[in-house]
Amino acid sequence: MAGQQKLSPVNDMRFIEPHAHMVSRVTDDYRDMAAAGCAAICEPAFWAGFDRSSAQGFYDYFAQITEYEPKRAAKFGMAHFCWLCINPKESENVQLAQEVLAIIPQFLDRPTVLGLGEIGLNKNSRNELKVLEMHIDLAAKHDLLILAHTPHLEDKRKGTQLTIEALKNDRRIKPERVIIDHVEEHTIGMVLDGGFWAGMTLYPGTKCTSSRAVDMIETHGTERLWMNSACDWGDSVPLAIPYTALEMRKRGHSAGIIDRMIYQNPRDFLSQCPKFKLPEFRF
Amino acid sequence: MTKQEILDLSFVDARHKLIEIAAFLDRVERAKGEADFRLEAFRSALVELRGTESGMAKRVLLVFSDPTSEPIPAATTKTACGAWPGNKNSLP
Repeated sequence: MAGQQKLSPVNDMRFIEPHAHMVSRVTDDYRDMAAAGCAAICEPAFWAGFDRSSAQGFYDYFAQITEYEPKRAAKFGMAHFCWLCINPKESENVQLAQEVLAIIPQFLDRPTVLGLGEIGLNKNSRNELKVLEMHIDLAAKHDLLILAHTPHLEDKRKGTQLTIEALKNDRRIKPERVIIDHVEEHTIGMVLDGGFWAGMTLYPGTKCTSSRAVDMIETHGTERLWMNSACDWGDSVPLAIPYTALEMRKRGHSAGIIDRMIYQNPRDFLSQCPKFKLPEFRF
Repeated sequence: MTKQEILDLSFVDARHKLIEIAAFLDRVERAKGEADFRLEAFRSALVELRGTESGMAKRVLLVFSDPTSEPIPAATTKTACGAWPGNKNSLP
């Protein structure tokens, strides 16, 4: 039909997964994401489900996400990038955090490292905040992009506010080079108003559903906003982004708006790092 | 979308979720022992669903949220329980 956009989910949908913990996922997930139109996956450093006993454990983990995971993704035609840090859940131990921060610079020149993430707060403690400020300082010194985690459930509002304050307190940080993740209805406004990018995490139970994410798109617009699955070792959905694209279609959003949300927006933010390049191959 | 279209798309699903909440509250009432601050917060959140003023999801989230602004002295747990215990400190 003349003038009608004809992006179909089967043939033409493309998306970027800007937050996934693929070390926790099986190879079938890589295959399914590629088949659904995923062009690139970005993996923030996170908690392993247990506390690592030393900085050497982090060294091995950083090697895994900078060397091995890109190869797993490449088998299916996808690019794999990563972010480095000590996760907020392990930030209560400031000495360990200092040791981990000391080894991060030797990984920063690797070709798939985008910046520092997911840094931030978990229980909003003084030590977590101190370690967050140490990460912000490291990012500023190396002019790195930042991906900030925000706390769960009852701790999210306060943690998001404290994170914004810590970022604003460092005048070297440009808000447009920071994505603050896991926003919900009570935090999205403060993040966007601060000039930051906001990430909506499509995670069952504790974060955001597809329908609520589309609600936030409808109420806050598409500027400086992306979606991710944050799939990990928990009850999570590697195809949450294409499922949300289907929800957008059901609610009458155009193919152009869907493409903006699931491909162009993450591409635009991530391309601020010159190392972010998308593969040539497309279905 | 029109109100009618949203109802067509989502009413049955929303009805299902509302009945799940009602059944959850029945289950808690049937059970022995004492409830804690989470149930109190839950009932406070339900109050936010009355009326027609928009922003209900945000208001419900705020009911469950820690309203303070200072960092806590130390993290003694990694987990969140879904509702702010206030001065009650933690789960029993």
